[in-house]
Amino acid sequence: MSRQPLHYIPTTGFRERSKAVVEDDFLQKSFRGAMDFLMAKRAAQFPDGNEFESLRRLGEQIRRNSLDKLPALLTQLEANLVRNGIQVHWAETPEEANRIILAICEKHGAKRMVKGKSMVSEEIEFNHAAEAAGVEAIETDMGEYILQLAGEKPSHIIMPAIHKTKAQIARLFEEKIPGVAYTEDVDALIQIGRRVLRQKFLEADIGLSGVNFAVAETGTLCLVENEGNGRLSTTVPKVHVAITGIEKVIEKLEHVPPLLSLLTRSATGQNITTYFNIISRPRQPGEKDGPEEVHLVLLDNGRTQPFADEELRQTLQCIRCGACMNHCPVYTHIGGHAYGTTYPGPIGEIISPHLLGLEATAALPSASSLCGACGDVCPVNIPIPDLLVRLRTEVYSEPCPDARLKGQGAGYSPWMTAIWRAWAAIYGHPALYRVYSWLASRLNWLTPARQAGWTSVRTPLTPAPRRLRDLLKEKR
Amino acid sequence: MEPRQAPGRPTDVYFFATCVIDQFYPEAGLDAIRLLEREGVTVHFPADQTCCGQPAYTSGFHAEARQVARRQLDLFPEPWPVVVPSGSCAGMMKHHYPSFFAGEPEARKQAEALSGRIYEFTEFLVHVLGYEPKDASGPTKVVLHTSCSARREMGAHVTGRALLDKLDGVTVAQQDHEAECCGFGGTFALRHPEISAAMVRDKVAALKATGAEKVVSADCGCLMNILGHAAWQDRQEGRRQLSLPGEHIASFLLKRTGGSR
Repeated sequence: MSRQPLHYIPTTGFRERSKAVVEDDFLQKSFRGAMDFLMAKRAAQFPDGNEFESLRRLGEQIRRNSLDKLPALLTQLEANLVRNGIQVHWAETPEEANRIILAICEKHGAKRMVKGKSMVSEEIEFNHAAEAAGVEAIETDMGEYILQLAGEKPSHIIMPAIHKTKAQIARLFEEKIPGVAYTEDVDALIQIGRRVLRQKFLEADIGLSGVNFAVAETGTLCLVENEGNGRLSTTVPKVHVAITGIEKVIEKLEHVPPLLSLLTRSATGQNITTYFNIISRPRQPGEKDGPEEVHLVLLDNGRTQPFADEELRQTLQCIRCGACMNHCPVYTHIGGHAYGTTYPGPIGEIISPHLLGLEATAALPSASSLCGACGDVCPVNIPIPDLLVRLRTEVYSEPCPDARLKGQGAGYSPWMTAIWRAWAAIYGHPALYRVYSWLASRLNWLTPARQAGWTSVRTPLTPAPRRLRDLLKEKR
Repeated sequence: MEPRQAPGRPTDVYFFATCVIDQFYPEAGLDAIRLLEREGVTVHFPADQTCCGQPAYTSGFHAEARQVARRQLDLFPEPWPVVVPSGSCAGMMKHHYPSFFAGEPEARKQAEALSGRIYEFTEFLVHVLGYEPKDASGPTKVVLHTSCSARREMGAHVTGRALLDKLDGVTVAQQDHEAECCGFGGTFALRHPEISAAMVRDKVAALKATGAEKVVSADCGCLMNILGHAAWQDRQEGRRQLSLPGEHIASFLLKRTGGSR
């Protein structure tokens, strides 16, 4: 299975991919149904708007506090992890992170890895690096396992295989797992997957997982999951490697409960998940289980860019619940793969430009109607629409040599800029506006019948023959 | 959203029509003014008004947006409320102007003072005038669409609905996914036409499925998009009559309550 080539999705081609999805009736219905389900589950968890508002203010403050003290908290986290016997590694790039994890594998002669769900491991394309190094890395989250069999990437950060149907999974299992007959019975499918994975857990030499919260004051790693695969991946093999972004640190253990409550209720509409793992140290003498060695890899991969900017820093408050995608009408219509990034949807539109640069993500900041649904449901109050607007100014402005954002000016067009300057010249001078709007109304029969982008599904926009200011004059 | 009350019932208001109404939906602006006048309010239309600057602002052209927005700051010298018949433009002036001019102390002061006086049209009718429409027409069923910024920044879905609910002959239909964006989003519709098209397709389908006779909205941006798509569909399918007519809530209210006099 590890020989399966992975399907890479380039970040360019956003428009072509989204067009293909919106024209596919089946996908339209299936995304709509899935998002409706997730929205209803979340709504049932927050019946009291005031409770939500006060809890999310608290969540926001906790995350802001962590980010304001980020360098100090990371130092404290490292010191406490080391004191607890957990080894800490720093990676600036995906390549570095992959090298660190594979070096740990090599040191232990580990060839078989079980992976708990980790979006950061997706971000660094770890499975690809593992394959090249001859390490069999098996995804053990059911959704991720399905995608690994199919050779696909996640289309959602919480429900990675949400774009797949029962029938597709039934066919996939029949085809890829020896001795399995076609069945669309969901329980049976899960049991089939679990049987395969149980064996993999027993055989694994090393486990990899993500981290939801890294607590600085205690040196504790928290992992939220529902399937128990996270617990198995972090306790059964002799070695456990956790990987996370540097922004996941929080100051105190008491900060965990509110964030956990916000996370599970916003993500899957659960009061609490089936498993909540608190990882404090490797196995101690006399203890019956747990890994003998625990490592944490802390990844930057562009996160210091938004950190350095007071406004963009809010991007890093994210606790990866996925509620913004579930509520986004754009995501609902195009699904996760269209974005071509590890993180899709509204959070993907504001974080990906920092991870990948604006050249590779130039289409994303504008791929929002700014309806505000994402900001409304964000459990840590990230002003996503405002950050999208800010990124638009960075994409379309003239490239400037000392720009702070990678790829600033990637969408610069002298033509587009000239149009907006002309617009500002007209609308910024009332006399010019009067002349322009008078001409547009009197010559409205000259309005083109084809208006790029607009008239493909709408009748042309035609100025009225008399402006409001004309009607007012006639009235008086 | 907390309802705001202006101190006492104002005798005079400024009317900021918005560029879309001035050029594309002048009747809606005229009807809003007639309704306010019928309620005994003197309406002042500053002749130098153009646009709030929102199109350039949301498109990421902030120097250009500021150039236009700055010209609007001087239009309202008297301390009267400023009524805006569009939630997103009202939201721009009320919520975004102050921080938009953060770097210019004079303009910022003006923007902050103006911000407190900005009222979305239906908000003004309900919370400031305490307007009680008396329905003078027969039974009809309509559906209300509220723009996203009107809903989120101005709470206009509540005030728009409150006004329609006061009309005895009017049944307000409930559409599926009421709060979902219609797909307009200003230049979004032009930059991502396929996604915008899919969004408006679903919105129009949800509105039509209610069987309402027309869609009523306090936002002409959404109306351009929704009505434009519905009319395009009619053309495609060879219908002579509009399958989904619509109008600004000001026009609807004025007609239902006996016209301008």
